[in-house]
Amino acid sequence: MSPTAALVHKDDGYNFAYLDEQTKRMIRRSLLKALSIPGYQVPFGGREMPLAYGWGTGGIQVTASVIGPDDVLKVIDQGADDTTNAVSIRRFFQTVCDVAVTESTAEATVVQTRHRVPETPLKEGQVLVYQVPQPEPLKKIEPRETETRKMHAYAEYGAMQVTLYEDVAHFGRIAKTYDYPAVINGRHLMSPSPIPKFDNPKMEMNPAIQLFGAGREKRIYAVPPYTSVRSLDFDDHPFEVQTWKGSCALCGSTTSYLDEVITDDRGSRMFVCSDTDFCNTRQAEAAAAKAAVDKVSGEEA
Amino acid sequence: MTTSALRKPAPRPPLLEVSGLSKSYGTQIGCRDISFAIRPGEVLGIVGESGSGKSTLLACLSGRLQPDTGSITYDMQGRGPVDILTLSEPERRRLARTDWGIVHQNPRDGLRLDVSAGGNIGERPMAIGARHYGDIRSEAQDWLKKVEIDLSRTDDKPRTFSGGMQQRLQIARNLVTRPRLVFMDEPTGGLDVSVQARLLDLLRGLVRELGIAAIIVTHDLAVVRLLADRLMVMQRGRVIEEGLTDQVLDDPHHPYTQLLVSSVLQV
Repeated sequence: MSPTAALVHKDDGYNFAYLDEQTKRMIRRSLLKALSIPGYQVPFGGREMPLAYGWGTGGIQVTASVIGPDDVLKVIDQGADDTTNAVSIRRFFQTVCDVAVTESTAEATVVQTRHRVPETPLKEGQVLVYQVPQPEPLKKIEPRETETRKMHAYAEYGAMQVTLYEDVAHFGRIAKTYDYPAVINGRHLMSPSPIPKFDNPKMEMNPAIQLFGAGREKRIYAVPPYTSVRSLDFDDHPFEVQTWKGSCALCGSTTSYLDEVITDDRGSRMFVCSDTDFCNTRQAEAAAAKAAVDKVSGEEA
Repeated sequence: MTTSALRKPAPRPPLLEVSGLSKSYGTQIGCRDISFAIRPGEVLGIVGESGSGKSTLLACLSGRLQPDTGSITYDMQGRGPVDILTLSEPERRRLARTDWGIVHQNPRDGLRLDVSAGGNIGERPMAIGARHYGDIRSEAQDWLKKVEIDLSRTDDKPRTFSGGMQQRLQIARNLVTRPRLVFMDEPTGGLDVSVQARLLDLLRGLVRELGIAAIIVTHDLAVVRLLADRLMVMQRGRVIEEGLTDQVLDDPHHPYTQLLVSSVLQV
């Protein structure tokens, strides 16, 4: 019996983390298989969750299977901790497993994310769970799944390169900016979920465990710690990430992924960090440093 | 010894050797007990009416169908003769992508219609590891020139091409990896006569220039007359007559072949 089996809610009868223990066991087995074959899509018996498909049903099933009573959970949606998807999923886990939650990337042990990798570098022992709408990177080129499975099995990824060729032919550069395909551990082609390509290099040799759950498509895949993640490119058109001219309007960061925010109907706009925790932490640090300087100069005067 | 060797040069080993090949669909016979060999650079025509087993035979040869009995031995580069039915699936797919070409009757089966002409030609080189955009593109344009497609159409999608252009693009897409054996299923089917003539002219030039062996399945005797060195006539799944093309067409022996030759309309 697993340790969480004893944690059935006395009042409403829900099992710890909503899923029953047999389901968690099944998902954990899929996760172990996924970790042993980096980038390989493992089918699993996806369950109906109290959430619409497309809102992270795969992600919450993976999180529910790996979370324990001592974990600290962080949920982000497009980098933000306070958007609808993040708030509802965080509240769901507070309801069904009473775990501690946080907005700090550094304090979290399990981070469920939609469409971003946190800016703060992850550490060993942390688990990053991605919500995946479409796990099959070859889907747009080859609609038959019997065929894509063979293409993965025999590592026939030339067709994927054709999509990059098309970009360069039409736009003069590789125009794909999110869900940028990458080869994991030199073998399997993987969709990194719709994260910006800015985040692809962060997946490479990451000390944390990265798990991917696709609820509608019922697939799980994973990137184990310290695994190579090579984004596809051409020798004469190498992989590049997005860059911005300015810096974050709130914290001044020049190294983070910036969102463009329209501030009125006369074309005013500002660029701010998409990672709210990163931005808030930097603002707080800057304020503290300024206060310290003020205090010192105040004492001198 | 030397003089006899001079007088009678050793025959080149066959590129593809088929023996006792049969395939049936339940009780329906697809093709039965087919045996032949094709040597490097040779063009073999297979003719017969609809339902005579031509396409079944071609599908078996090119690894798209599993025959019931028989063997298909192919002289693989660097490996020598191998029965391709004993190859593993990835090896067979790799062979079909590099050393073979398959030209389908309908270009939609052989092309990616939502990928530009250049991308279509570049797919095979990229599949075997080409990673330099400039090189891939210039090679694609080389081939567009060879099949007489204007270079200004490099980035256009094949769905905007005419039927004849699509067919020529399909040929370029197959020949870019310099295959040694090309399977063609009715390559001129559905094209009007003048376009057919140009395509045949082009095919004949390419096949001769590159020394490609080809197996051409068609019901059009004019096509084999122009392209094929040797001819096999099929009826109800069996080969009923074979020989040099001119010989079979000018002096048909089997009643069915006689019927076939005499039913060609003369203008």
